[in-house]
Amino acid sequence: MSTSTVIPSPREISTEPRRSDKVFRGVVSAGGFSSLAILGLIAIFLAYRGFEVLKEEGLGFIINAEWTITQDESANVVESDFGLAAMLVGTILCALVAVVIAVPISVFSALYLNFYAPNWLKKILVAVIDMMAAFPSILFGIWGFLVLMPSVEYWGKLINKWLGWIPLFEVKPYFLSRSPFVAGVVLAIMIIPIVTSIAREIFAQAPLDRIQAAFALGATRWAMIKAVVIPHGRSGVVGGAMLGLGRAMGETVAVYTVLNIVFQINWHVLLGAGGNVASLIILKFGEANLYEIKGLMAAGLVLFLLTLAVNFLADFIVKRTGKSGR
Amino acid sequence: MTAVATPQKPWAKRPSDRLREIALLLGAIIFSFVFVGATEMKGKLAYAFVFFAAYGVLTSTYAFISRGAPAAKDAFVSTLVSLGAVLTVVPMASILITVIQKGVPGLHLGLFTNDMSMATSTDPIATGGILHAITGTLTLVTLALVMSIPLGILTALYLTEIKGRFAGPIRFLVQAMSGVPSIVAGLFILSAVLYTITKEYSALMGSLALTILMIPTIARTSEEVLLLIPNDLREAGTALGGTQWRTVAMIVVPAARSGLMTAIILGIARIAGETAPLVLLTGGGDKVNPNPFSGAVGSLPYYIWRSFNAGSPEAMTRAWAGLLVLMVVVFILFIAARSLSNRKISK
Repeated sequence: MSTSTVIPSPREISTEPRRSDKVFRGVVSAGGFSSLAILGLIAIFLAYRGFEVLKEEGLGFIINAEWTITQDESANVVESDFGLAAMLVGTILCALVAVVIAVPISVFSALYLNFYAPNWLKKILVAVIDMMAAFPSILFGIWGFLVLMPSVEYWGKLINKWLGWIPLFEVKPYFLSRSPFVAGVVLAIMIIPIVTSIAREIFAQAPLDRIQAAFALGATRWAMIKAVVIPHGRSGVVGGAMLGLGRAMGETVAVYTVLNIVFQINWHVLLGAGGNVASLIILKFGEANLYEIKGLMAAGLVLFLLTLAVNFLADFIVKRTGKSGR
Repeated sequence: MTAVATPQKPWAKRPSDRLREIALLLGAIIFSFVFVGATEMKGKLAYAFVFFAAYGVLTSTYAFISRGAPAAKDAFVSTLVSLGAVLTVVPMASILITVIQKGVPGLHLGLFTNDMSMATSTDPIATGGILHAITGTLTLVTLALVMSIPLGILTALYLTEIKGRFAGPIRFLVQAMSGVPSIVAGLFILSAVLYTITKEYSALMGSLALTILMIPTIARTSEEVLLLIPNDLREAGTALGGTQWRTVAMIVVPAARSGLMTAIILGIARIAGETAPLVLLTGGGDKVNPNPFSGAVGSLPYYIWRSFNAGSPEAMTRAWAGLLVLMVVVFILFIAARSLSNRKISK
């Protein structure tokens, strides 16, 4: 009797991935690079469309404050003058006001959440703040316009009355409504949830052994925070503030509803004349002809590069924290 | 007689401590009323501010007398920090109350069955509705989901599973992408697709812009979820002879299912109320538009935007009603996301 045993040929061992894996890795990598592709395409297309205007205006596109376009009867452009200076100044001003107001509040509430709040309250507050971060911006805009604006204008009056001697708070002519200050407060309320949750996560990573060591040495809660938490989280909070700044600079609808857009460079926070690149785009888009839309595309490019730069800086700062961590 | 030792809690608050706390609180409240009444300040916020200032000063003075300067600082900072928390939550409460107060009068039976083709936003409230806006938003969100789920999750998989050489730069780019202003996303689609290829408003154009805004949210949340999946599972998959593809598809992704759902829901919440790109790209029709690839389409944010800009009292009521609906939608999405993410990672 002969039994024929079929001996399978030994499997070839190799480190070469199978074909299915190659396909998988290829597809996933392609998907991973989609963000690069999209960001690159945004820059290319906006630059391509805005090129004509950018070439025409040159450096004046950033330096001039005028935004006018004149057409003859057959809708040909006779004269055009596009400058973003007022809008850029306004954008930066509103965003700075927002950050100056939002960051202390966010840091305090993040400290409260991590080190003061009882556990049940912390859970509720975290849910509420995360939820607030998901609120649509148009909600902040309309609420800010109808509910917040009267109070903020009143605060503006008070600030002007007591601190009017500081050039920043000067109001001449006396016109306070729909000022960059109002827009800044609305933006601050929008970015508080974002900055709070970043700060909360960073503070939560403060090393527990050092916290307990501080308490064991008899530190009060504030002394512990000053000695352990703040040195640990400082640059992370700065990075979070930068992210908030980027968000505030790119906001469109909420600013458009509350801000009085004037094409004049204005550094006075309380004066009712401001600007915002994103709001300019949505303001002019409706009645713009093709040439003006090219100008708006160029404005979009400037805004895009500005927010990209701010984000880059934020990322850089946050990364540096991760490594030092004292 | 045996003495029973009762546990002692020297750190627990004694009745006299509680009494003192209440006294300080009352003192601060009374002071705030007197102070606001005596000076020219007005409004609830003034009361709150004076109250916090007074409470901070009172508690820290007491702490200074009883325990010295460090305790005084500590007491003052506790007040400051709780003021921060209050200031964070107050706007939220105000928004909720205002939207409910002003939105409820705008609700009526026909709201969800009519569109605005037979009405303008300044007509009486009872005519017209938001059917076109709801269907439009649904279309926009669905189309955006179809495009952003694959791209977002693939990006997250690239960052967690492949961990290629470019994982760091890609992570940064995703971060940068989440900072792209919504209006810029709108302008990009306008210049790249609408002007060059389709040359007309449609839901697809709007959803392309929304996709750009949605990918980073989905990618970053998914990445966090995938990082939580224990490496043992991946190693077990490989040890059983699975290829990486089989391991990821059969083990890692199913294990992270509920987390990935959370990521998707947070993505929807991010774009559901996005207004600026829709103003540029969708044209905002008044009728239900069944064709997502052609023709103007309405949406909830656009409806709110237009009603708000129309300005008459009726239009404002419409805007608030729209905001109420939008907020309820975001709220439901958010609850869903939280309840899914609180569930344990399923096996």
